[in-house]
Amino acid sequence: MYAVDIQGLSKDYTVGFWKKQRRPALRPLNLTVATGETFGFLGPNGAGKTTTLKLLMGIIFPSSGSATILGKDFHDPEIKRKIGFLPEQPYFYDYLSAPELLDYYAQLSGVPATTRKQRIGELLERVGLSDVGDKQLRKFSKGMLQRVGIAQAIIHDPEVVFLDEPMSGLDPAGRREVRELIQSLKDEGKTIFFSTHILSDAEALCDRVGIIYKGELRGLGVVNDFRSSVAEKTEVIWLGAHAMSAVNGLMTDARITGDTVRATLQSANLDRALEALRGQRAQLISVTPIHRTLEDYFLASTREEEKEVVRQ
Amino acid sequence: MTSRLSAITLNTFREAVRDRVLYNLVLFVFLLVASAPIISQISIGMEKLMLVNLGLSSISLFGVIIAIFVGIGLVSKEIEKKTLYTILSRPVRRWEFIAGKYLGLLLTLVVNAFLMTVGFYLALLIFTNGLKRADAMLLVAIYFIVLQFMMMVAITLLFSTFSSPIFSAIFAFALFVIGTFGNDLRNFASMSKGTTKWLATGAAYIMPNFASLNVISQVAHGQAVGGNLVLFNTMYALLYSIAVTAAAVLIFERRNLK
Repeated sequence: MYAVDIQGLSKDYTVGFWKKQRRPALRPLNLTVATGETFGFLGPNGAGKTTTLKLLMGIIFPSSGSATILGKDFHDPEIKRKIGFLPEQPYFYDYLSAPELLDYYAQLSGVPATTRKQRIGELLERVGLSDVGDKQLRKFSKGMLQRVGIAQAIIHDPEVVFLDEPMSGLDPAGRREVRELIQSLKDEGKTIFFSTHILSDAEALCDRVGIIYKGELRGLGVVNDFRSSVAEKTEVIWLGAHAMSAVNGLMTDARITGDTVRATLQSANLDRALEALRGQRAQLISVTPIHRTLEDYFLASTREEEKEVVRQ
Repeated sequence: MTSRLSAITLNTFREAVRDRVLYNLVLFVFLLVASAPIISQISIGMEKLMLVNLGLSSISLFGVIIAIFVGIGLVSKEIEKKTLYTILSRPVRRWEFIAGKYLGLLLTLVVNAFLMTVGFYLALLIFTNGLKRADAMLLVAIYFIVLQFMMMVAITLLFSTFSSPIFSAIFAFALFVIGTFGNDLRNFASMSKGTTKWLATGAAYIMPNFASLNVISQVAHGQAVGGNLVLFNTMYALLYSIAVTAAAVLIFERRNLK
């Protein structure tokens, strides 16, 4: 059984007052997330990530398709006892204190009164807010609010946690704290489905990622698959500018500082380049593979799309 | 279900209290205290009549103003601030949210009216040389005012599910004014003919009728209110509120919360 199984879920919006036109926000999406997996849903702003999460949470209704969460229809209110959700840039009832807010959400999620107080205390400790007391949320910083947001998403100990841009708008320290919290949820064996446009976060946390662009899923797989699908490059540094002529055709980029040459080449050309340099008696200083990031794959796939549009 | 409903109800009440909605009580007390010397000067022997009219009208007006200005934001504010996202992602049915919001604002208004009533009776005690048995009839007028709140909360909540706060306020206030002259609309319908009669009768049934809930003048003059009217008004306010709240639920159940 999949934790999340999305089958052809789509959402169209009608735009225009007189001439009504349908604008697809999400094209039919097929996606599965295994139990215990940490899945990253990547895409630029406006790609359809939040739309997908809002559909799964029942905040908006799909134009077509269906989905199951933990084997049950996603509209079944009872399944919502087993899921937690952190919306993008969350705003909470700012007249409440953090314990009051968590108590409210715990009641709505059906946490028994006998365990609520203890659970709230534990959770505030876990997200580093045990000392906030009765301070109202309107006095909280953005990072503190995000931590409250994560606490409310897991107050009822859900099996699947959906997080929409959990690190967005946070400073580096805040991002690190949230990343550690997600990592701890992952260690507990929870299924995590989180959307982000910050690719390094996805690389650090995700078992598998899906890339969505303009409402359409463009790629799906483990992070290393995406990395290897981007042509690998290697940086070679040597002493002896005279050897440049022998490797000229093999390099994609080169910079010369005095007698030192710093060149980049396709990894496939590395052996030929090293042979040529030895032949020229150049003194090799370093050979470093350049690891391509998810960002490279992401940018490559979206640029291809843009080029195609320009060609048309 | 009851736990979720009571949680939403109490949170709505708490929001109103923390947003200082009950501060209107200070204004109410000020109004009663400040008007007392003026009343005694301008209407010798009529102090009680004036005080009852002023007190009960204030309880009604303050409540209606709160019902409109808090009610218009009950749903729309939650959509705008996206607090609803964290509610609907829990096992909360949309109708539970609407019902909880309705009960929460009604609770606020009932508590507000109760505190005002206490203040009003204190004022009567102080300014009119003690209370009489007939003064208990004033409670019937206050009960009718609460019935009016039930209907107004349902109306503002309905507008809040599909309209912006400013338009909701305009629509709700317009309905309050129309409802205040509800009997005139019925009289007009009964005197009309043809299509006009048909339309006016339809409008008279759809629009709220607050006129029959207003017995302030009657009780101020010491006249009793019949048991039939109490029963009829209770049934009318209950059915009207349920129908309008059901319409709010129907709209909200289908709404995409962008």
